[in-house]
Amino acid sequence: MPQFLHRSIQWHSPLLRLFLIVLSVLVVLSGLLMLLRMSPLQIGYALVSGSVLSWSKFSYTLSIWVPLLLCSCGLLYTFRIGLWNIGIEGQMIFGAICATMLLRLEPFAFPPQLHTSLSILAGFAGGAIWGVAAGLLRRFGGVNEIFGGLGLNFVAQGLILWLILGPWKRNGIASMSGTDLFDRQLWLVNPKGWQVAPASLALAAAIYLISAFLLSYTRLGLQIRACGQSPDAARLYKIDGTKISLLAIAICGGIAGLAGSLQTAAVYHRLLPAISSGYGYLGLLVVMLGGYRVGPVPFIALLFSCLVAGSIQLPIVLHIDSSLSGVIQGGCVLIALLFNGLHAKRRSAS
Amino acid sequence: MTDFSLVSFITAVVVMAAPLILAALGETITEKAGVVNLSLDGTILLGAMAGFVASSLSGSLFLGFLSAGLAGSLAAGVLALIGIRLRQSQVAVGFALTFLCRDLAYFFGNPFARLKGEQLPIIPIPLLEEIPFFGQILFSHTAVIYASILAIPCCHYFLYRTRYGLNLRAVGENPAACWARGINPLRIQIQATLLGGFLVGTAGAAYSLAVKPGWGHPQGCEGIGWICLALVIFGSWNPLRVVFGAYFFGMLQLLGIYCQDVFPSLPAQIFQVAPFPLMIFTLIFVHLGRRQPLQSRLGRILHMFSGKPPQWLTRTLPDNIY
Repeated sequence: MPQFLHRSIQWHSPLLRLFLIVLSVLVVLSGLLMLLRMSPLQIGYALVSGSVLSWSKFSYTLSIWVPLLLCSCGLLYTFRIGLWNIGIEGQMIFGAICATMLLRLEPFAFPPQLHTSLSILAGFAGGAIWGVAAGLLRRFGGVNEIFGGLGLNFVAQGLILWLILGPWKRNGIASMSGTDLFDRQLWLVNPKGWQVAPASLALAAAIYLISAFLLSYTRLGLQIRACGQSPDAARLYKIDGTKISLLAIAICGGIAGLAGSLQTAAVYHRLLPAISSGYGYLGLLVVMLGGYRVGPVPFIALLFSCLVAGSIQLPIVLHIDSSLSGVIQGGCVLIALLFNGLHAKRRSAS
Repeated sequence: MTDFSLVSFITAVVVMAAPLILAALGETITEKAGVVNLSLDGTILLGAMAGFVASSLSGSLFLGFLSAGLAGSLAAGVLALIGIRLRQSQVAVGFALTFLCRDLAYFFGNPFARLKGEQLPIIPIPLLEEIPFFGQILFSHTAVIYASILAIPCCHYFLYRTRYGLNLRAVGENPAACWARGINPLRIQIQATLLGGFLVGTAGAAYSLAVKPGWGHPQGCEGIGWICLALVIFGSWNPLRVVFGAYFFGMLQLLGIYCQDVFPSLPAQIFQVAPFPLMIFTLIFVHLGRRQPLQSRLGRILHMFSGKPPQWLTRTLPDNIY
């Protein structure tokens, strides 16, 4: 594991660990809510009923799970090499912009399915370019990837606002609610009663499986880990650290761009200013809570997307801000770090 | 803002930069002790919420600022416990805290969103405010603006002229040597983190009670915390240069507002976003300054902005220190 992960200690059963963490967060939060005279049971029911209790709700949860899983997969690459790729939001946005560029082209030069696939690929390329930019800023501009990534996030945010309010504005009047809808033939469609496109689900699952294989069983995965854990040793084995880290951040950006392009082609069918919905940042928390390992990622991503989906109706039903889900998610990661710390302390004492 | 007046422009820069100065100085103190508190963006929001809510409930602005500071210290305390005491990655704890504090602020502040709250009054300083030019720029502000100006020499004096400041800087450079000299690095790091967190919290209240009065989702100070973190690097961990950066960013923000009038064809949102990447990419110059030879004129100018980070920044303390 990279140097900054040295102290995160593997527990015997990751599932038990996750369960304990979530349980302690819920206990603390319930106490807090009762102090505020809110009913934790009522809120809990609203969260569950809003995310899993019917197929329509659950398929909506899955539509959040797709971009979240994709972002988390991408972040696995950068975390393994020891980079904090906070620029993932910008990578997702730029991917969405590149996909939209193709989706708006008329008339179609290709059959619609091919056109959509090419747009999604363009999203991958766009995200990868944005990721490499952060990597280059770090390598040659001396700007730490956290700040370079943030700067590029702001640039992407400015770019998307300008496009939506300027050149790509709606017929008639420019509006923050986004561009015109794309041609219906180019949509990734949902079957009746579904809120998620099966094609996106399949793509996300495929990317996860490929990433898991690539990171654990190939030379590239080994090289990425080597550069993260021991850059000096990697150099002795003639691994080009610059090349590998640029490659890792490009893959991460590409996968995030893919998530962005799916948000345009399959979910909103247009470009919105808030196309990334903060799923990139949330992906950071997912991977951190999973202890930077591949296995737990889809499950934690599912848990988090249930929270996001469930919290959407909190303001309407209970007049509570939807940021409650964020409190639970952030709380889980902090408690996980706390447990790790206590565990390490006990081990070093014994 | 159709007619441009230099005095009102500079006055506005002083106001815009005040919360940035408080937060960036707080972070400078923390980082000088070798701890990086990455949670600024969330902590500022938490402070803004705590300040607004406490002052609306109690009617006392002082209590508002105090609770904002305490909220900031509380967040810093979590970092101190997990990141310093239990030696987990400070970056990881900071990240998680950023998002947690932000969402806590929105959650607890929700019942107070878009309500009319307390607001700091402008207190001109008698006699001094009548000095031409400087009177309006420096001496007719709210209390928190004066505090931000006073904080600059105080922070410099604290870090460079007191025994405690020397110890604090020494811990940031070499905790093992401090431990051997009988100074407890752990205690100093925790104190520096709490103190820095307090200042960051008050910066939040400076937004919600003076500079951008009110609370809502969003409040309007989102993203500022990241800028403050960048300012500390831009100012190469020297409080005076950090403050220079804060005024520079305040100016960029204001220029953005003026530019909206000059270029009406471009959407106004662009100018609100633009100062953020501009500020961050000035870090490239700081990096170039470190590599330029001192002999050239460009090298000398760039060198003014380059300095070394504390040696022990973000690293956990050695295991034999407890």
